[in-house]
Amino acid sequence: MNHLIKGARVLGGDPVDLLVKDGRIAAVGAKLSATGAEVLDAGGLVALPGLVDLHTHLREPGREDAETVETGSRAAALGGFTAVHAMANTDPVADTAGVVEQVWRLGQEAGLVDVVPVGAVTVGLAGERLAELGAMAESAATVRVFSDDGHCVADPALMRRALEYVKAFDGVVAQHAEEPRLTVGAQMHEGDRSAKLGLTGWPAAAEEAIIARDVLLAQHVGARLHICHVSTAGSVEILRWAKARGVDVTAEVTPHHLLLTDACAEGYDPVFKVNPPLRTDADVQALRAGLADGTIDAVATDHAPHAVEDKECEWAQARPGMLGLEQALAIVQDTMVETGLLDWAGVADRMSVRPATIGRLTGHGRPLIPGEPANLVLLDPAARAVVDPAALASRSRNSPYAGRELPGRVVATFLRGVPTVLDGKAQR
Amino acid sequence: MKKHLLEAADLDRSDATLVLDTAAQIEAALTGREVKKLPTLRGRTVVNLFYEDSTRTRISFELAAKRLSADVINFSAKGSSVSKGESLKDTALTLEAMGSDAIVIRHGASGAPHQLASWVRGSVVNAGDGTHEHPTQALLDAYTIRARLGRLEGVRVAVVGDVLHSRVARSNVRLLHTLGAEVTLVAPPTLFPVGVGSWPAEVSYDLDAVLPKADVVMMLRVQAERMTASFFPSAREYSRRYGLDARRMAVLGDDAIVMHPGPMNRGMEIAADVADSVRSTIVEQVANGVSVRMAVLYLLLGGAPS
Ligand SMILES: [Zn+2]
Repeated sequence: MNHLIKGARVLGGDPVDLLVKDGRIAAVGAKLSATGAEVLDAGGLVALPGLVDLHTHLREPGREDAETVETGSRAAALGGFTAVHAMANTDPVADTAGVVEQVWRLGQEAGLVDVVPVGAVTVGLAGERLAELGAMAESAATVRVFSDDGHCVADPALMRRALEYVKAFDGVVAQHAEEPRLTVGAQMHEGDRSAKLGLTGWPAAAEEAIIARDVLLAQHVGARLHICHVSTAGSVEILRWAKARGVDVTAEVTPHHLLLTDACAEGYDPVFKVNPPLRTDADVQALRAGLADGTIDAVATDHAPHAVEDKECEWAQARPGMLGLEQALAIVQDTMVETGLLDWAGVADRMSVRPATIGRLTGHGRPLIPGEPANLVLLDPAARAVVDPAALASRSRNSPYAGRELPGRVVATFLRGVPTVLDGKAQR
Repeated sequence: MKKHLLEAADLDRSDATLVLDTAAQIEAALTGREVKKLPTLRGRTVVNLFYEDSTRTRISFELAAKRLSADVINFSAKGSSVSKGESLKDTALTLEAMGSDAIVIRHGASGAPHQLASWVRGSVVNAGDGTHEHPTQALLDAYTIRARLGRLEGVRVAVVGDVLHSRVARSNVRLLHTLGAEVTLVAPPTLFPVGVGSWPAEVSYDLDAVLPKADVVMMLRVQAERMTASFFPSAREYSRRYGLDARRMAVLGDDAIVMHPGPMNRGMEIAADVADSVRSTIVEQVANGVSVRMAVLYLLLGGAPS
């Protein structure tokens, strides 16, 4: 089936028609016509390259009660994504070629987005010895991003070796920056609010110290480094300094860190418990500024589904993490576009082009021009809707945005010319 | 009064004063009576839901409820369905289905009473949650200060010890501030939370500088295990720098009192001769605890006093 998309504003520009044929963009121009093509009226809609998430927890294998590759893929497609990186902290851990190939195959079977497995850096995420990174790189899953996410690769010697080793196959280590000795029992951002609430603090310095160490290591060994979910103003400063020195470092920020603050912890509702924790308003402003000026390269969701019993309990016992795939674009529109910090071209850069480059995905994050793969999303920036967790495609309900009115609506998503979402509904 | 007592900030100045005045009325009404019982809460059910061992606090609440003629259910996490993994929410809904009018909760997790209050229709009283708050302890401390010194406005209170991990300190800072007292917190810098600067209290690292000006010295329990996490080098050094002994007690003003929420580590934060001196209110605090908790239950469940 070929598709003729009429009157879409590519990257927010003037309306044009796009002809999608055989999985690729065949033509872009005014008043295109094509016999036999399905016509999609995209008047008023913005077209962006399909979004790429560097940081998704799909929970399969191991916690299929919280999410599966299929339900997570559906949530991703509905959020406008055409590729998601599936984090390695599954059960079993994705630390072998066998597990990453299993996840990759499940993604292919679901067929809603390209599921790109992330490989664990260390065996069992234990931080003791390297997993077989080369085997994962050479597997059918062609892993390029390696991360112990959920845990920091805290041992500096091991981190150095990991950074060096993955150079052989153009890999990158994505660090969950958290000095574990500074965050024992930590429950929320350490500051005025943790003091008042009597919850053990997670100091900003525990993140910043690891980022500072790792940018120095990356420079020393000439390796590429990616920092997961940057959450503090200090981290943005260190990254800015490192980039100015020529360190090959990239970084991501989550939608929730662009919007929410530690004030959300006041009611002790664990839906707002996340790692790294929600920070202060000053941090939120610094993260937005860092994303706007490119110090932070990408928005990544850290979509973290959790079963009800892991969230409907005491704060200290609750698991950290929140849903993100289906609202990510809306949060970015709310915090970055409507504030004038990014235009739609900037959104495409931070949510598609740069994350695809970091993950070395050749078919994603491409310009919407003839000859390119037809991975794209159409959104209605004028729409507004209140988030209802029960209406989400994710198997879990732990959305921190419940009841919040957010702008924008994903109308359609195309994966290599095949609509995975049409009229806001998943097509499979 | 709000429906729940979850933290000291739930009480404004008139509410807090009402609790203290009601406790005084109750105490007066029961003084000299053979049967220490009022019929006020007959037919009402109070559940003591205790996830932490604290016999003294549980007994204090139990006595308070029984003296108001309420039915009391003690629900301890040990030996019940709770220890078999039942969630706090399921337990709360079960207790409510059994007809509880108020739940008194003690829990090791900060915020558990707040969550409980969002799940049940009855009143919730926080009897200590993690390192967050213990509001009835602060009320009984305020009651004790007022009984001894005759006022709270302008009273200078030194709170000394492990402020970082102390729910008693958090509740006292808030409540004493509400009632017009001036609080100075004293501890080694490691035992203050980052963010203590936002509290309505002075902060000092020097006990000897604070003592001469204090009307009240409130010593907090310090667990010797804290030194294993390097909060201080040794119990001996802690007690030398921050313990209240007879030498330090001697610099206090004539009417100054010494308080401790218990249980005490004699020889650690407080010397035995200080704990047993005439300045010490430690035994009164226990007795006042029952009156104050009666007042709280009465006001939450029974309405304003006639
Ligand atoms: Zn992480």
